[in-house]
This record gives sequence, C-alpha cells and structure tokens, in this order.
Amino acid sequence: MSNITPDDIKHEFLKSKMGIAGILILGILIAVSIIAIITIPIETFQEWNNPGKWILNPKVATPIWVNIFMAEKIPEHQILENPNIRVISENEISLVSHQFGLNFDYDDYPNDFIYVFSAEYSDSPLLEMSVIRPDGVKLDLISTSLPYSDTKTVYEERIFSTDRSIKKNLSLQSEKFGFLFERLSAEDIIFSKNQTNEPLKGNYIFLINLYGVNTENQISESKLIIGGKAFGIMGTDELRRDLAVGLLWGTPLALFIGLVVSIASVVMGLIYGVYAGYKGKKTDEIMMRFNDVIYALPALPFLIILSVTISNSIFLMVGFLMVFGWVGIAKVARSMSLQIKTRGYVDAANMMGQKDSKIILKHILPQLLPYAFASIAISVPAAITTEAGLSFLGLGDPSFPTWGQILHDANTFGAAARGLWWWIIPPGIMIAITGLAFVFIGNALDVIINPKLRR
Amino acid sequence: MVTLLITISLVGSNMDTILKQGIVFQVRTEISENPAIAESFSSVVEFEEFVQAQIDQRIGILGLEEPWYSPQRIGITMYKIMLLDFGHATFLTSDEGSSDVKDILFEKLPRTILLFTTATIIISIIGIFLGALSSSKVGSIIDRITSSFAIISSSFPVWWIGMLMIFLFAFTYQIFPARATPDIPLSDPRYIGSLLYHMALPLITIVMIGFGSWAYLVRNFMVGIMQEDFIMAKKTIGIKQKKIIYTHALKNAAPPIVTILALSLSGSLGGAIITEAVFDWPGMGRLYFEAITVMDLPVIIGATYLLTVFFLISIFIADLLYGYFDPRVRRGQ
Repeated sequence: MSNITPDDIKHEFLKSKMGIAGILILGILIAVSIIAIITIPIETFQEWNNPGKWILNPKVATPIWVNIFMAEKIPEHQILENPNIRVISENEISLVSHQFGLNFDYDDYPNDFIYVFSAEYSDSPLLEMSVIRPDGVKLDLISTSLPYSDTKTVYEERIFSTDRSIKKNLSLQSEKFGFLFERLSAEDIIFSKNQTNEPLKGNYIFLINLYGVNTENQISESKLIIGGKAFGIMGTDELRRDLAVGLLWGTPLALFIGLVVSIASVVMGLIYGVYAGYKGKKTDEIMMRFNDVIYALPALPFLIILSVTISNSIFLMVGFLMVFGWVGIAKVARSMSLQIKTRGYVDAANMMGQKDSKIILKHILPQLLPYAFASIAISVPAAITTEAGLSFLGLGDPSFPTWGQILHDANTFGAAARGLWWWIIPPGIMIAITGLAFVFIGNALDVIINPKLRR
Repeated sequence: MVTLLITISLVGSNMDTILKQGIVFQVRTEISENPAIAESFSSVVEFEEFVQAQIDQRIGILGLEEPWYSPQRIGITMYKIMLLDFGHATFLTSDEGSSDVKDILFEKLPRTILLFTTATIIISIIGIFLGALSSSKVGSIIDRITSSFAIISSSFPVWWIGMLMIFLFAFTYQIFPARATPDIPLSDPRYIGSLLYHMALPLITIVMIGFGSWAYLVRNFMVGIMQEDFIMAKKTIGIKQKKIIYTHALKNAAPPIVTILALSLSGSLGGAIITEAVFDWPGMGRLYFEAITVMDLPVIIGATYLLTVFFLISIFIADLLYGYFDPRVRRGQ
C-alpha cells in the first residue's frame, strides 16, 4: 500500500480502460454542466415550478428527433414571432394586419394554437382572426372587440384555440366541409382536408386584423403558437416544462451533491478514523463506539424524517448525507492507521517530539490518500442515488429541481401508465451515467490499490 | 443495550419536535375546521393566545414540557418501546381498521418479509454461486460479464428500473399487473396465486438489480482466498477444482458473506421505501412513506424503532456467526 507513488497510480490508471472510460464520461458531464450554466440562465431554472413560465410550451410533447424514425410525422411545436405587418389607413378606418405563414407538413393535427398579443389602442377596436388554407379556403376564426378605453392603453390577451367563439364561428362555416364537426376541436377542423377528416399539408396563412376608427392602433407584441406534439430535444412534461432544461441543469446539481457529499464525508471519516487509530486505547474505544451508534442508524428513514421535520433545502440535505456517509470510511481508516502507526518512521517522529497533529497530517494521512480517492469515487453514486431517491419521494428542494424530482413528477402524473417514455428514461439514464462514471474511476483506482483483486 | 439507548435518545429530540409540530398542526386544523371558534375572538392577538394556550395544554397532557432527555421521559419511552407499545396511529389504520400501531406494523411486516426477504435470499444464492463460479475462472468471459454487470447495475437506482419495468411489462406488453397489491380477498383460495402473480414484477426487478453486486462481492472474497497457500496445497495434491471452490474456499469466505447476509436480511425487513412506493406494495416501506406523507408520528416512530431493533439484533447475530465460522476472532483481540 505504501509503496505506490502517485506516478505509479497515474501510469496504472491510464492503462485501465475502465478508468479512461470513467474519466471520459465525467469530462462530458462536466462539459454539459458548464454549457448548462452558461446557456441557460439560472432564473429560467428557478422558475421550474412556476407554471406561468412554461405556458407557451406544449403539454407532454415528444422529443423532436422522434420524427426521424417515424413514418407519420408528429407536428412540431412552433412559435411564430415575426409576422408580416401591414398598416393601412383609409379615411377614418385604420387597419393593422399581421400575417403569419405556417408550413404545415405533418401527419397529425396540432394540439392547439394560441395567439398572444398586446395591443396599444384607444377606443374599442375590432380584432379579427382568420386563416387561409393551402386549398384556398378562408376560415374566419374570431371576431371580437377589445375592451373600451378612453385613453391610450396597452391591452394584453391570449386567444386560445379552445375559445368557444372559434368553435361557433367554425360551425357557421360547416358547409365548406364534408363531415360533421360535432365532437372535433377547432384545430382538428382548421387543419383538416375538406371532405375527410385528415390532416391537410401545405402552407397556411394566419391573418390577424385590428380595425380601429379614427385612431392609431398598434399591435406591439404578436406571437402565434402552434401547439405541436413534439418539442425540443427532450420533449416536455405534463406541466409544459421543457425537460431539456431540467435535465441539463440537473447535471451540475448532481455533480455538486455527489462530489461535496463524498469528499466531505471521506475527509471527515479519514481524520476521525486515523485519529482514533493513532491515539488508541480509551480514545479509540469511545470514538469507535460512537461510530457504531451512527452505523446502527437506518440512514434512509432518518434522512426522510430529517428532511420532513427540519427543512428540505438542498444544502441541508447535503449535510445530512454527510452525517451518514463518513462512518464506514472511518472504520477502514482506523484499521489502516493502526498498521501504519507501528512503522519505524512514525516511532522516530514521535521520539523526535513531533506533535500528534503533525504526525497524523504528514506521515499517516498521505499514506491513505490513494484509498481516499478510490472511496470518494465509489461513494459519489450512492450520494446521487440517495438524493434522487429522496427527491423521488417528493422531499427534494423545490427551488433546485434535480433528476429525482423530474422522476417524482413523472410518477405522480402516471407517466409509466401513459407511455410517456421521454419523461421517465432520460433522467434515470443521466443518474446511471453519472454514477457509472464515478464507479468506473473508483474501480480502476481500487484495482491499483488492492493488487489482490487484479488476478 | 447501550447502543439502543443512545439510538433512542438520538431519535428523541426529533421525536419531540415531530410531536410538538403535530400538536400545533392538529390544533390549527381543528380551529380552521370550526370557524365558530375563530369568530368568537375580537382581536388576532387574543386568538393567537388562545391557540397557544390550547397547544400548551396538549403538550402538558402528553408530558412533553419536560425536555426529551429528562430521565423520566426516556425511562417511560424505553419501557413502552420494550413492550412494543407504540400508542395509536393518528391517521393510518391497518386493513382491518385497527389504529393500534402494533397491529399495523405486524400486518405489514409479513408482506415485506414475503417480498424482500425472498428477494434477498434469491439474490444471495445466485450471487454466491455466480461469484464462486467467476472466481474459479478469473478473467474468463463469465467473470467479465459478472463484474461489468455488477458495476453497471450498482449505479442504476432500483426504483427507476422498477418504473421502467412497470412501463414495459405492465403497460406496453401487458404481462404483469402494474399495482402490486392483490385484488382478491384473503379468504379466497386463489389468493396465493394472485399474490405470487402480483409479486413477480417487483421480485424480478429487485433480484435483477441486486445479484450483480453480490456476485462481485463474493468473487472478490474468493479471489483473495484462492491465492492462499492451503488452496495451492490442495491443488497440488490433486483435489478437483470444483471441490476446492465449493467446499474449501467457500467455507473460508463464509464469515464476511454471512455478515453481509445477516445485515441485508435485516435491512430487507424495512423494505425499500422507494421501491415499495413505486410498485405500490403494501409493506413496511410503503407504510413508512404513507406515515411520513401524512405525518403520522406514532407509526413513524414505531417503524423506526422496530427496524433499528432488528438491525441491532442482526448485527449481534452476525457477530456470533462470525465467531462460529472463523475461530480466530473468538477470543478478544
């Protein structure tokens, strides 16, 4: 044990495929976390549990790349933001017209559509929305007057496809279609062929006209959202959240939790164990009894009780995990230091009158470093899975959603029963990959430290 | 015994906070359910004083105003726990409707034993044989597969695999039921069949994730022993490899294996809280989870005590067995 130099370890480590694989995965994970921290502002992430933030995303949408493998293309979620704007003033009437072009090339209807706008007006202008379909049919969707106002005011609204007046307007135009509307929703009619109820592909133009009398009106913000059934790289969940954001941000969090917990508990355990072993006799006895007590506590139930009663802050949870993490390492460190203590140089240092703390720090601890690194690597996955488990039970920190919490939500919304695989599989795989990276590194180190295992 | 006492006192402070919080919660809900009480007060201060008085009164009744570390409290708690008297549950009841914590615990315990202890036994049997097998041919394909499987499976959370299994085998291919609770009453003769059928999916999941690391552990012990001189000597005498492995080497690897077996058996009694939550298995783990979600304090405390006691007993038994298998440790250091 003592005759392995750091250079040896490096050399041996680079020879083991497992170790290299582990380092590679870890490197990728670190890169992902850096990308996540840079590209996704932390504000977005802390709004994770705020439904208002995600309102413009589709519900339970599959990842976009699924379309590559599908014969029937699933409609993608589209947010159209830059309309063609025309402003016409004739006599007293002014018209602001926004046009959205949409190339619809999918084999299924969109989920819904939402028009988000904010208009600056005075008086009570008339808002009309209509759609020109690829087959030339023009459908009027809605025609409504905005609330009256004396002075110039800014008005914001969202028009949803579930709006009853849209359905009503459409049923007035039912003679253009060869099938019954009764149970169909607005988007299933608008995007349907004339004679049969099948999706119609081609270019659609959505027209939004704002008529005003004697006034200068303006639509300052104008967005048309075609709610697809596919969105982003990782899809969305029941609460319309973009899972890619959660998964990406989960990486630095998991690394943080895993590394902090394991490093801190290994350091604690090492110092505790070495001190007990070095001091020996009564001190050793007492410290090891205390160790046994902590060892006898069932960890998970206690973690749950602690997080329910005290707080579910992520930092406190890290602290609790540490409390249960150092025990095993302390035991091993003690027995190792019992061995090292008997070596001649420790005796010599002792006789020269060096302080205990100096002997421990200078002569004993460095000998245990390889073991320490291996146990840090090996205890990271446990920390990550324990945290994920606690979050899965709904005891996670809501301001820092982790992979475990994504899975918790998936479970509460019955993702397994509904076949929403993109909600279940990626978070678990991320947990497993992160764990795997550290297990690989740990095992590679372990093999070097314990040559017995190598055969 | 000392350990038990210390454990209890460690839980003590927590238990008190839980109990006190529970009382505050109880009083507040009672008042909010009964608006007449709230209306009868003129000012907020007066109302708060009344609430506080109520809380103090209840704390007094339960004898909670003394700190948890007072000898009297600890004595009473210890005595009650020894007699397995955990009091009555606040919210949860057993299937028969009894709210006695003891009844609830002893109703759930057999189910957990049925699932998790069975799984642990299966896992350890597979693990020991696979480990012995791969240690006999170090570096062979079996050895490599076992080792890599152990490493990979140890980094997957069991409950996530459980979710995947439910997703795959209960919904995509409808082979097994998704909920693990049998839907036939206990008296029905088909109950056992139904129970086994419902048990299959969680059992498979637990075994699948568990046996790899067992095999790896056993393999590592065995590899160490196979390098010892007496094995070499037996090989040179000409005793068959198989016989050496399964009788001589395995016997020598027994002490650590037995220790781990005892610990994991006692650990299995608690059921995996999360796994049971996923599979909806009505055992200790789910009871625990339910108790925590509704903050049913007596149940939480009772279950924790029971598990701790089992854990301590099994450590004790493991120590005894260790001495039996390895006579070297029988006398003090």
